[in-house]
Amino acid sequence: MNAPLDVLWLQSGGCGGCSMSLLCADTPDFPALLADAGLRLLWHPSLSRASGDEVTALLDEIANGRRPLDVLVVEGALLRGPNGSGRFHLLAGTGVPMISWVRRLAAQARHVVAVGSCAAWGGVTAGGANPTEACGLQYEDELAGGLLGAGFRAAGGLPVVNIAGCPTHPGWVLETLMALADGSLAAADLDALQRPRFYADQLVHHGCTRNEYYEFKASAERPSDLGCMMEHLGCKGTQAHADCNTRLWNGEGSCTRGGYACISCTEPGFQEPGHAFDSTPKLAGIPIGLPTDMPKAWFVALSSLAKSATPRRVKQNAVADHVVVPPAIRRTRK
Amino acid sequence: MSRLIVGPFNRVEGDLEVRLDVADGRVASAEVVSPMYRGFEQMLVGRPAMDALVVVPRICGICSVSQSVAAARALAAAAGVTPPPNGVHTTNLMLGTENAADHLSHFYLFFMPDFTRPAYAARPWFAEAERRFAALAGVQARKALAARQRWFELLGTLGGKWPHTQSIQPGGSSRAIEAAERLRLLARVREFRAFLEQELVGAPLEELLALHDEAALERWRAAAPGRGDLRLWLDIAADLGLATLGPGPGRLLGYGGFVQPDGGHAFPPGVWEDGRIVPLDLATITEDATHAWLADAPEGALHPSVGLTRPDADKPGGYTWNKAPRLAGRVVETGALARQLLAGQPLVTDFVARHGCGVAARVLARLVELARLPGLMEQALAAIVPREPFHVATRLPDEAEGCGLTEAARGALGHWLRLERGRIASWQIVAPTSWNFSPRDAAGVPGALEAALVGAPVSAGETTPVAVQHVVRSFDPCMVCTVH
Repeated sequence: MNAPLDVLWLQSGGCGGCSMSLLCADTPDFPALLADAGLRLLWHPSLSRASGDEVTALLDEIANGRRPLDVLVVEGALLRGPNGSGRFHLLAGTGVPMISWVRRLAAQARHVVAVGSCAAWGGVTAGGANPTEACGLQYEDELAGGLLGAGFRAAGGLPVVNIAGCPTHPGWVLETLMALADGSLAAADLDALQRPRFYADQLVHHGCTRNEYYEFKASAERPSDLGCMMEHLGCKGTQAHADCNTRLWNGEGSCTRGGYACISCTEPGFQEPGHAFDSTPKLAGIPIGLPTDMPKAWFVALSSLAKSATPRRVKQNAVADHVVVPPAIRRTRK
Repeated sequence: MSRLIVGPFNRVEGDLEVRLDVADGRVASAEVVSPMYRGFEQMLVGRPAMDALVVVPRICGICSVSQSVAAARALAAAAGVTPPPNGVHTTNLMLGTENAADHLSHFYLFFMPDFTRPAYAARPWFAEAERRFAALAGVQARKALAARQRWFELLGTLGGKWPHTQSIQPGGSSRAIEAAERLRLLARVREFRAFLEQELVGAPLEELLALHDEAALERWRAAAPGRGDLRLWLDIAADLGLATLGPGPGRLLGYGGFVQPDGGHAFPPGVWEDGRIVPLDLATITEDATHAWLADAPEGALHPSVGLTRPDADKPGGYTWNKAPRLAGRVVETGALARQLLAGQPLVTDFVARHGCGVAARVLARLVELARLPGLMEQALAAIVPREPFHVATRLPDEAEGCGLTEAARGALGHWLRLERGRIASWQIVAPTSWNFSPRDAAGVPGALEAALVGAPVSAGETTPVAVQHVVRSFDPCMVCTVH
């Protein structure tokens, strides 16, 4: 057993939702899960007893290199404004911008982890005209750079690990930290946007309970309809990298199971899609954002074929909030 | 007089700094600082109206459902739609789940760990408090975390996921509940009820709710010393005099919780003032930016329907990103204490009559409310009729105004919007902690917490005074909501 990994968790321009989501990890004993995984929380703003000067003393020690740090976790975007001063977030009790603390601490840490799309890309905090000049640790939307710069590598050799999502699934966070603890996370385990591939090599579409509606292009028209939400309601499940429909949320949920569109919250720039979140932009009646990897002509051909073959059951259920036509019962013995 | 700057103030949601002037071992005056700004009110302007249902919950990861509900109600008001009864009950179930989880997290994870500080090592209850409530180690805190995880599975079914559920719509819920699901949800509520009865209360919830005054509560506590975490907390509160610590303004605001399909509320709206309940006049709400790092409007304090949010980090006299909300020009407190007083809950009402609105009253009201929630949720589940509509279509006019009100765990939450040419022209949010943690206003009147901190004891050598921590956390602040 290796020595436990010391994890320092900081929050900046975000909502704390990734921490709150983490506490929904599927376990009867959360602290035991961390300990068994070889993870020790040096300090977490929601969970630790230490307050005030106890905390600033700890941060000083690490930033000055007097105490080693295995993992720096940042949740929330880095707020560079106004005018690059960082004053939109001063770390309470210190009068010093959080971006200054994060730069100093990242320089000392063996690994740096961005938890959530805010810390990875800027996320919702960078929405609209981005009033706070928010960015991610190593990205600003899809452009490498961010607070720490494209060339940043933590002492352990990895770039910032981007556990993107709004919020993050507790499994994504825990498994990434567990892999760091047992030394099994290598550069090859990250995708081109530095996301752990174990969840980012999947699509939200995989395992979607609406797949039969998708196959027949039997589409939901309003919230609460059972049909596929890709054609009219803005769903990007066929393009979004995440395993939300195979690794469920809070026991049995996902966005699509909750009756609302996937907004692709693990992707950079998702906060400004260039259209209303709840509707699908189309050109000549064809959705612009087609499924990843699918040639447009084939999509159009298959869709029109599928629509003409849609069973009455699927067509009617697609625009109802419960099954109005049950599947036919066939005799199994002749 | 000496000055203390306390921060980072953790185990609250978000970022908080408290500046204290201390004289003769007590806080003489306090300034409450929200040191982080994200600008949601700015980033919403110009968007399609329904985008708010995606953006607004992301103000807060601890009460995102509450933010959703306020936004959906503001849009519903603008559209003139009313959700069907199933939509109302489903929304209540989601709000109830989140509120209960917030109260549970507050008690076990945020508030109680302070009683495990070395400063209390000599107290008779210390060893037991540490065994139960030590941060990330206490046996009861661990059980509460496990109960919380199971409890949030309700939202997996009701809303797809938590936080940042998007199923709450102006016209109801995008997730209809089937007959078998209704039963499964009922089983989960009963499981949570069992946790509260076995671990928190140490008795059936109805036994606690039947205690009509403080004398009955005292007899109940003495009858089974230490049984259940509530009794241990009562022991601690009595020993430390938490009833008189951190008194609020004595004027409390509620927008009404658990709205019913007929428009009534399980927790009614109103203003509680020194024992009297008076109607709430929403037109008298204003926000004053005098001591915020936000540009002042020429007219001074503004009603949120015409409110402005323009950052000015260099503003003289500014010390926080929070505006100062006032009701008819006066400071009010909001939260579970307001809801239970407005509902006339006998035990809370009697306790406040004897001791005022201090730390102990706030925590007691929260625990009483927590004990009431399973029953209310069982009723909501009983009222759901599967296969009846959960949602009606919403068509928003291009030009409209709307106001959406709800009760978050921490109190009264309101959104005010204006649509022009089908887009958001203004969206102003007044969160519960905006009320409770407001800075001084133009008249120099301190906010509720700023005033409540005056008189809190500070021992020699204390740099992060433990009494101050109790007062601050008794409000269960949500700073990310406050400054949004």
